[in-house]
Amino acid sequence: MKILILALLAFLACAPARADEFSDAVRALNADNFADKIAAVETLAGLGDGRAATILEAMSDGNLLATKDGAILIQRASGFTDALTQAPASGEGAEPITVNNRLRGALRGAVGRLGLFSPDAELRKRAAESVLTSPTPESAGMMRRALANETVPEVRTLLALALANLDLADEDPARRRAAVAALRDSSDPLSRGRLQAMLENETDSEVRAAAEKAVSEINFRLSLVSIGANIFQGLSLGSVMLLAAIGLAVTFGVMGVINMAHGEMIMLGAYTAFVVQELFRAFLPPGLIGWYLPVAVPVAFVVTFLVGVALERSVIRFLYGRPLETMLATWGISLMLQQLVRSIFGASNREVANPDWMTGGVDLIGGFTLTYNRVVIIIFCMAVLGALAALLRWSSFGLHMRAVTQNRPMASAMGIPTGRIDAATFGLGSGIAGMAGVALSQIGNVSPNLGQGYIVDSFMVVVFGGVGSLWGTLVGALSLGLVNKILEPYAGAMLGKILVLVVIILFIQKRPRGLFALKGRSVES
Amino acid sequence: MTLHPSLSARLFATDDRRLWWGLGAAALVLLVVIPALNLLPTPGSALHVPNYVVTLLGKYLCYATLALAMDLVWGYCGVLSLGHGAFFALGGYAMGMFMMRSIGARGVYGNAELPDFMVFLNWKELPWYWMGFDQFWFAALMALLVPGALAFVFGWLAFRSRITGVYLSIITQAMTYALMLAFFRNEMGFGGNNGLTDFKDILGFPLAQPSTKLALYLLSALVLGLAFLLVRFVITSKLGRIMMAVRDAESRVRFLGYSPTHVKLFAFTLSAMLAGLAGALYVPQVGIINPSEFSPANSIEIAIWVAVGGRGTLVGAVLGAFAVNGAKTWLTGAAPELWLFLLGALFIAVTLGLPKGLLGLWGQIRRKEVRDA
Repeated sequence: MKILILALLAFLACAPARADEFSDAVRALNADNFADKIAAVETLAGLGDGRAATILEAMSDGNLLATKDGAILIQRASGFTDALTQAPASGEGAEPITVNNRLRGALRGAVGRLGLFSPDAELRKRAAESVLTSPTPESAGMMRRALANETVPEVRTLLALALANLDLADEDPARRRAAVAALRDSSDPLSRGRLQAMLENETDSEVRAAAEKAVSEINFRLSLVSIGANIFQGLSLGSVMLLAAIGLAVTFGVMGVINMAHGEMIMLGAYTAFVVQELFRAFLPPGLIGWYLPVAVPVAFVVTFLVGVALERSVIRFLYGRPLETMLATWGISLMLQQLVRSIFGASNREVANPDWMTGGVDLIGGFTLTYNRVVIIIFCMAVLGALAALLRWSSFGLHMRAVTQNRPMASAMGIPTGRIDAATFGLGSGIAGMAGVALSQIGNVSPNLGQGYIVDSFMVVVFGGVGSLWGTLVGALSLGLVNKILEPYAGAMLGKILVLVVIILFIQKRPRGLFALKGRSVES
Repeated sequence: MTLHPSLSARLFATDDRRLWWGLGAAALVLLVVIPALNLLPTPGSALHVPNYVVTLLGKYLCYATLALAMDLVWGYCGVLSLGHGAFFALGGYAMGMFMMRSIGARGVYGNAELPDFMVFLNWKELPWYWMGFDQFWFAALMALLVPGALAFVFGWLAFRSRITGVYLSIITQAMTYALMLAFFRNEMGFGGNNGLTDFKDILGFPLAQPSTKLALYLLSALVLGLAFLLVRFVITSKLGRIMMAVRDAESRVRFLGYSPTHVKLFAFTLSAMLAGLAGALYVPQVGIINPSEFSPANSIEIAIWVAVGGRGTLVGAVLGAFAVNGAKTWLTGAAPELWLFLLGALFIAVTLGLPKGLLGLWGQIRRKEVRDA
């Protein structure tokens, strides 16, 4: 009983003391110099009192005032309240407490740390993240208190990590060892940096060994992540190249037509996406705007399909068997299409927005983000390739197309309308380029020169993969994309690209017909 | 000047005397009439040829030399190179480097040893590949040898593995594209994006002076004439016959015991050196060389000059270069939006309607006259 009373007394003695400390610190916010003010802010932040956050926020906004008799007031739109008692007060004669940039920085940090005690779990998580990136030794005690009260596991992990980061500098080797053990499972480059810094002047051999092991483990995980990131970026680039090249694989690979206007078909597709987006904005309720993209894909296919058919019937069909002339004529077409689009839409870039469901991404460990638009493009690209392969393999149009490619007079003798098949094939290749354009409008600028950037790459992909082989195009595009991205960190984007071009030029010397060369008699003709 | 009788017979023998009269007249106009009209009448009189026209014609003359080079390899050997702009630009860079070095201490930073852009990039000494470019003879030699060497290596790799037709076109295009990307890089040491410019003089003659411009123009005309004779000499030789045979039926030539690889390699390398020479003359006249000269579009345009004039005829190539570039100068001034439409239409019209170009059209008309008469 006696003990209980003593304890109660101790508690009672303690509580007012704490309350006083709090009010002293609040009053000290109006100190004469900034150093004292900052000290007061740090004290308040260290106390972990829920009321402090509001006061400090008001101070950093310039809404904290002091009266002549030393009362601290918070100014709100509704009036003045006493900072300590929260009672309404009159603001007569009160002067705002001056704040400078250094103090503002201290206030921001303090408010952030105080968030650890907020009732809102989301706020606590954000506060824990902020202390994790920049833990200060003064906040250690507060973090321990917050950790003791924390119930949400996610925030607990963050706090424990932050504490471990601090404990690395602790005097007690056991604590240091525990901290190292806690950091071992992290994949944060910051923690690795702190571990490495600690290794510089660690004396305890046991802690040293543990820390070295932890660093190498983190290194291993981080390198795995960076390999993963490289592969993803390579796949993403590869899928973009593949999308640009699939259409070419049809017109060049199957028909043998060198279509230099292929890039302009991509450009037309991208502009179709732009027009569809503008139509949605103008005529449909804003809620439907996210749907413009799925609508733009078939529209772009139809538009570029028709343009392709028109080109084939008006120009290209007169040039079969004269590939060099076809090349020059289609180059002429590409110049005209570029100028046409420039005259209609202007030379500047047009903005095609990502729909909401394509923006953002998943944050993975190690600061690597999987963006949704890239993921969607990879999936879209595979879907297009699959659909095209199925069309060629199983539809009667595909059958006719292959027949015409293999033996035109025989196909004609069997009653296949070869002219119509030619037009449709060229239209198909152009239509696929148009769909590629819709996809590319999501990750790059839409300008009249859009197609020019892809044309050399697309030809490289088709030639590298092997003319006439969809499979080759797939492998060619993905491997070029991967090689490009893997070279990039070592050689830089431009040099990487140059190296890839040189490698392809050399590769073609060795295998003039690409990776997956068609075999058989028809190839030679 | 005395030519060996058989050689002169070969060079000048033709069933069409009118061609030689025409060429003589053209040489007279370019070498005598235009310079005279530039120098003698007072500026402003109706007969006076202004200085800018002289420079413009000088540019066209370089393009015409380039077109001749293209015609040699495409028109006579059947190799459509879409990378000839690269050889032209390399020759231009070689001359640009010489003129860059001769700026000396007169640059913005006043560094006698380093060109301005290197000072700007904080480079301390001249890269090794800039050594020697302070000597004119070295730069002139490099303007020929660098494109020649590149063409030799590239052609040797390509022709040896029998890359023909469109495949060759595509990889030559990739070559010039890769060079363009490379020259865009500041670290390459060729001025990056801006290229080489702000030249002051060449061999001590200030570039801004009209007399220097006239001299460069005359030199270009002379070089075009010599290139014409050289190419004509090649195509009328036995080697030239094999070249045309390779163009028309490569495998048959191979079965007859000739090596198409060597023939094509010779034509390609010679053509690249001619293109480099044209570039070296071009740069002092326009005063700048930058990586956009490497762009694939430029190289394709060269092909269209030749196609418009008539490939497989030397006069046609020269004519095409003048016609297309004249139209370009006029239209980009008069109606800039129309120029690309017209150029595009020209590509299509020539390939569809005039496979032999303007000269072919003229030939058709003449044959019709003969038939009707």
